[in-house]
Amino acid sequence: MQTDTVQLVFYLFSFLIIISAIYVVTLKNIFHSAIFLVLTLFGVAGIYILLHAEFLAAVQVLIYVGAVSVLMIFAIMLTTRLASREIKQSNEQVMAGIFICAGFLLASLGSFANTVWRVVDKPLPENNTLTLGQLLMNEYVLPFEVVSIVLLAALIGAIVLARKEGA
Amino acid sequence: MIMLQYLALAAILFAIGVFGVLTRRNAVGILMSLELMFNAANINFVTFNKFIAPGGLTGQIFAAFVIVIAAAEAVVGLAIVLLLYRNWKGINVDRINIMKW
Repeated sequence: MQTDTVQLVFYLFSFLIIISAIYVVTLKNIFHSAIFLVLTLFGVAGIYILLHAEFLAAVQVLIYVGAVSVLMIFAIMLTTRLASREIKQSNEQVMAGIFICAGFLLASLGSFANTVWRVVDKPLPENNTLTLGQLLMNEYVLPFEVVSIVLLAALIGAIVLARKEGA
Repeated sequence: MIMLQYLALAAILFAIGVFGVLTRRNAVGILMSLELMFNAANINFVTFNKFIAPGGLTGQIFAAFVIVIAAAEAVVGLAIVLLLYRNWKGINVDRINIMKW
């Protein structure tokens, strides 16, 4: 019974994700695709909750839905003319793109089906978020600090790139 | 098997992202497709964490780092997009070919 509900929620979320992701890559109006990107990211947050990654779901909503998509919409607004719908948004490679994606999809699905997965039937640690915080502060403290330096470098780089010459 | 449906979802999402990167002319559209691909990779990390290695949380840590790197990538990418718009009055990547010879 409980697994049935989980399955149903999974199918709902994956339907939402796939449909809105297709809209993201095909819509003519780039602003509308940004809105559908928000929907896709929400769906991925739901999938995280189904996989018992509550902290990641919260981070997904905060960083992706809150920050990255607002940044995207901000960039679309700043580059005004492309919000109009008569500009062609896709190049001549649509057919080739469809073939490449279908090939990739078939290859990966086939390899998933042919691999023998050693599934371990054990629950994740209780208190997910607490364990994550302890891991970040003990075992993974060096990558944690390095990633903070990467963020600082990205911040400074973005300012240097976007600033007017000589200002 | 229950794990395979998550992997299949991630593969489909990644394929859609690849399609967007290959066919979009707009630089912001390409960045959005990149975000789709990052999310597909993240779903894979969390899935393997839950079904293959449930003793620890290594996959979720990796996914958190991927989210941070994706945010940094979006910031720098959009700064480059704004710079391109200022210099070329347009951000269609098929017109911007000064690095090609």
